[in-house]
Amino acid sequence: MAEITISGLRHSYDGDLSDPSRLALKGIDHVWRDGGAYALLGPSGCGKSSMLNIISGLIRPTAGRILFDGRDVTDLRPEERNIAQVFQFPVLYDTMTVQENLAFPLRNRKVAPAAITRRVAEVAEMLDLGPLLKRRASRLGAAEKQKISLGRGLVREDVAAILFDEPLTVIDPQVKFDLRRKLKLVHETLKLTLVYVTHDQSEALTFADQVVVMSDGEVVQAGTPEELYERPAHAFVGRFIGSPGMNFLPCRIEEGEIRFDGGRLSAPGLRRLAGQEGLSLGLRPQALQPADAATGVEGEMVGLEDRGHYRIADVALGGARLKMRLAEGVPAPQGRFPVAFRPGSTLVFAGDRLVGDLADAQA
Amino acid sequence: MHKLDDNRAWLLVVPVFALVAFNAVIPLMTVVNYSLQDIFGPGQRVFIGVEWFREVLRDPTIQASFLRQVAFSALVLAIQIPLGIAIALLLPRVGWKSSLAIILIAIPLLVPFNVVGTIWQVYARPDIGLLGRGINAIGIDYNYTSSAVSAWITLLLMDTWHWTPLVILLAFAGLCSIPEPYYQAARIDGASRWAVFRHIELPKLRGVLTIAILLRFMDSFMIYTEPFVVTGGGPGSSTTFLSVRLVNMAVGQFDLGPAAAFSLIYFLAILLFSYVFYTILKMNEGEP
Repeated sequence: MAEITISGLRHSYDGDLSDPSRLALKGIDHVWRDGGAYALLGPSGCGKSSMLNIISGLIRPTAGRILFDGRDVTDLRPEERNIAQVFQFPVLYDTMTVQENLAFPLRNRKVAPAAITRRVAEVAEMLDLGPLLKRRASRLGAAEKQKISLGRGLVREDVAAILFDEPLTVIDPQVKFDLRRKLKLVHETLKLTLVYVTHDQSEALTFADQVVVMSDGEVVQAGTPEELYERPAHAFVGRFIGSPGMNFLPCRIEEGEIRFDGGRLSAPGLRRLAGQEGLSLGLRPQALQPADAATGVEGEMVGLEDRGHYRIADVALGGARLKMRLAEGVPAPQGRFPVAFRPGSTLVFAGDRLVGDLADAQA
Repeated sequence: MHKLDDNRAWLLVVPVFALVAFNAVIPLMTVVNYSLQDIFGPGQRVFIGVEWFREVLRDPTIQASFLRQVAFSALVLAIQIPLGIAIALLLPRVGWKSSLAIILIAIPLLVPFNVVGTIWQVYARPDIGLLGRGINAIGIDYNYTSSAVSAWITLLLMDTWHWTPLVILLAFAGLCSIPEPYYQAARIDGASRWAVFRHIELPKLRGVLTIAILLRFMDSFMIYTEPFVVTGGGPGSSTTFLSVRLVNMAVGQFDLGPAAAFSLIYFLAILLFSYVFYTILKMNEGEP
């Protein structure tokens, strides 16, 4: 167990740092606290797997340092770093039994045989692999194989951290749910530092205490799932997290008002942003609601999509189209209707950065 | 279910049967025909049953050739398979160096068999050959026309030069198909280089090595051209392998009956050995 500090990390696969736009990782500073369950979330190609491989030592970063509990490990090889990593597809030693597979990382480190037997039994118990221990690993199904890979990651008790690189991609949804819960349980009992790479937001939000969102080689925000959802610091996080993602409505601030195509909102507290270019309102679908009385903003219903226990209305507001979430029991408006903005959830972005919300502005 | 009682579909396979008959069955049956008769001349022949087979199996020169052949194939496999794997492991896997290495390694495979024989026949000559003179110059008495050991070493060296590239190419293709995460996982698990070879590379090479072993066995067991060119089966009969002996019998002595029986036994021996190799190599895969 260790605290992992990444500082000034930049990486280019051809070793050339001169062109910042071509870097796989563009300058990352981050601290993974000891015992935290982290998800590293981002779209494919954003650099999250590169980051993971740099932490484990499979890739040496072009620039920057990696510290484990303050000790510089940048130049150490993976086997010297005391770290476990589980890959996207099951990696097994075909000639070995399940038991030998689980014992392999311990045997290579010359752990006493009695301790190996005990630890393998514990891990097998944890992952329901007990009955399969004597079987040849190559003859099992994909889910079992991936459980063995997970088991090899969990079998060493003294690791600084366990890294998971989208480990549940090949698993069926039901088993996926079980395994994720198991990992969560393992984390709670062992208090290991876990870093879980995924591009699936629901996986990240359910697994992790802290979610680190990456985009295009940079960390755009790190925070709890609530923070990421309620107050995305960056427009990318707003769009990437949530289904549907955040609405963005271009606006200007003039004379203490937020003005946009289709309406205006009083916001005396935002005068400091007056006249600034590139402002927009960030609105989660539930930040918009149909109002009983006129609010000065009128929308028009374009479509309605039923999502089970809620509905998503497609609303035209001026030239923009917004998604509005309607809870169960709220009647869907017809034609043109007054739109209410929930002040605490109506966020103001300048460029891509969060700069304030309507609640502050009206205070 | 109503079943159509129409067997005319069989007509569609007649061309295949005809083709197989002409290129396999009929030539083979001709040999079988020779092997069961004693032919004195056109129209003069006697059916003698398995007499030729008995004679061939009892012939001490053929028995000696058979043992020689088994020894040769065993040595070929023992040298070329490990050597091929070792060289494949050393090759760069990507980039222009990899391409260049593969091209250089594949060159011997493109040389016609009798040219390989001629090259080595000259190369290994103790009087004018670079290799032969070199070996003698460092004080080792080497002459493949007078010493059986020298002759065997020459043939093994030549065959290794000619055919190890095949094993290298097959093993290299097998190694290239191993996904990178296997190596990464092994590093994370702290596996030694030997453990990576033993538990990742070798098991993943199993398929291609089965093919390599079968091909190298069959080819080396049937070797003819190169020893014929280099040593002509000598000195004495020390490099008279089965096919050299067979050609002497069929073409040299024109003993078509025994030669036909010999051919059939030779063919069945190769078939049997190949089957045994294949079964052994496939056996472990079926294990629970």
